[in-house]
Amino acid sequence: MFVALFGKNPLDLYFYMYQGAFGTWFSWQNTLTRAAPLILTALCTALPAQLGMVIIGGEGALLIGALSATSVALAMPWAPPLVVQVAMVCAGVIGGGLWIALSGALRQYRGVNETISSLLLVYIGLAILNHLVEGMMRDPSSLNKPSTREIGAANMIGSIPGTDVHWGLLFGLIAAFASYILIYHTVFGFASRVAGGNIRAAKIVGLGVNKLILTICFLAGGAAGLAGMIEVAAVQGRTNANLAAGYGFTGILVAFLARQNPLAIIPVAILLGGISASGGLLQRRLGLPDASVLVLQGIIFVFVLASDALYGRIGFLKGKT
Amino acid sequence: MADATIGLWTVPLAVFGGAIRVSTPFLFVSLGECITERSGRINLGLEGTLIMGAMSAYGISYLSGSPWLGVLAAGITGALLGALHAGICSLPRVNDIAVGIALMLFGTGLAFYLGKPLIEPTAARLPAIDFGWWSDIPQVRAALRINVLFLIGVAIAPILFWAFRTTRWGLLIRTAGESSDAARAMGYSVLWIRLRATMVGGFLAGIGGSFLSLFYPGSWNEGLSSGQGITAVALVIFARWDPMLCLWASLAFGGAAALGPALQSVGVTSGYHLFNAAPYILTLAIMIITCSPKRTLTGAPAELSITR
Repeated sequence: MFVALFGKNPLDLYFYMYQGAFGTWFSWQNTLTRAAPLILTALCTALPAQLGMVIIGGEGALLIGALSATSVALAMPWAPPLVVQVAMVCAGVIGGGLWIALSGALRQYRGVNETISSLLLVYIGLAILNHLVEGMMRDPSSLNKPSTREIGAANMIGSIPGTDVHWGLLFGLIAAFASYILIYHTVFGFASRVAGGNIRAAKIVGLGVNKLILTICFLAGGAAGLAGMIEVAAVQGRTNANLAAGYGFTGILVAFLARQNPLAIIPVAILLGGISASGGLLQRRLGLPDASVLVLQGIIFVFVLASDALYGRIGFLKGKT
Repeated sequence: MADATIGLWTVPLAVFGGAIRVSTPFLFVSLGECITERSGRINLGLEGTLIMGAMSAYGISYLSGSPWLGVLAAGITGALLGALHAGICSLPRVNDIAVGIALMLFGTGLAFYLGKPLIEPTAARLPAIDFGWWSDIPQVRAALRINVLFLIGVAIAPILFWAFRTTRWGLLIRTAGESSDAARAMGYSVLWIRLRATMVGGFLAGIGGSFLSLFYPGSWNEGLSSGQGITAVALVIFARWDPMLCLWASLAFGGAAALGPALQSVGVTSGYHLFNAAPYILTLAIMIITCSPKRTLTGAPAELSITR
């Protein structure tokens, strides 16, 4: 309907959308590349959801993860690439993890609502990033777009052989599977779900709820921080304001659509990655203005969410209660 | 230069003036969201509503030449978006937070798309009342040029406070928010109440948007809102769902937001971005101080999905 307003054939739209997202090998790769950070940022919302917490600060953890990964890489220019990469992963995970764990700790020890605190931390994280990028860590040669120095081509993580998809996707898949096993097949995950279901019962049974919450928050933030590290090490090569591209917020959508189930996150992330990947093609083929792609995405999200009502399956709030 | 005569007073003065200017959109959005959340829904899409409001106000004001028509148009746009949100949320098993995020993207995209031709022309702007006529110093006059919308917002806060406490409608909204079963038992449709509460909330948020484009910063561009809508939603939670506290919270937030530019104007330029984060840090700090693990979120509507 929306497209018909421009005098274009709506069927063309779906065709191009499909083609842009999944039609060719090239577009598949584009889709998968976009899906990788989405999987990780979605985990940032889905993991705390097992404990009944609503964390919407994945974007902040992503930025901090990217920032700390870049700092580590810049601090050790002498080290061989493999060491640098491992250090970057660790720094990204720890940076992002501490960021969200801060939200968890504030909730547990001070009773601060974790939804707001994580949201506020997004903006604080963005400010820290801008401050450092324009101040201390600024590359003098980046004139109109302040950035840090590049981490060096050798330290970039490459692509999976035979494709243009970078290894970040693999990280995302591993993280999603690991979370699934952690939540549904370990004592720790069971304890988290008990605590999420009924916090008083969990305390009576003698579970260390504080510890559970902190650990889960750390892991969640770590996932988002890893996404930031991947964006730096596989796409951007440096830290700048480009990183705040909304992956964190789209990740929240992914997590809700996947009903907070780590395994379901993977296909949903690929689907949403595809929608955003098809945007460029739509723009070129149908001559739609770029903002209209945003509108389309919004409409699609709304419809996908509304279609939840049609499923007679598990209740939508089941993962959260 | 007048700078020399008032010297360091520039900073608090600029903060005061900024508090009034910057806080107006926060005030409207948080009051609107307050109504919505009291009825048991959370509408994160107000970010999109704010931008759509700004865009439509600018467009209508440009076409008709009357800024007040623009404000009205912004409110109606906001109410429509609110109705959309409420409509989708009244379907079973649809999560209001996720719909809010989707509508945020939708509203932003639509506003950018429709607002493309509006970047160039200048629209008629809202009038301001000069409260600084007694002073000769230009900074004082600038700080005291207060927009009518701000005064309306300040007036709405106590009215809402009163309405929540004493009127039938206020009681209904609160009932829907605290216990939908009770509202249903009284024979009222919870969905209908929430639909109207969300529409009124959207209406106010749209007006907040019109302030952005028609008074301060006073033009339409794509970076106009930059997260203000979402922050205002957080302010409601921070203000404990109390309209009067929303007013104070918006003022404090606006003042903190004006701190960065104010310091910059007197020559403190380092840490510009850190000062821009001041409102967020301030909010977080106040929350850390005022909250305690014993009583979490007093005054929270029981039906709100984040408190369940």
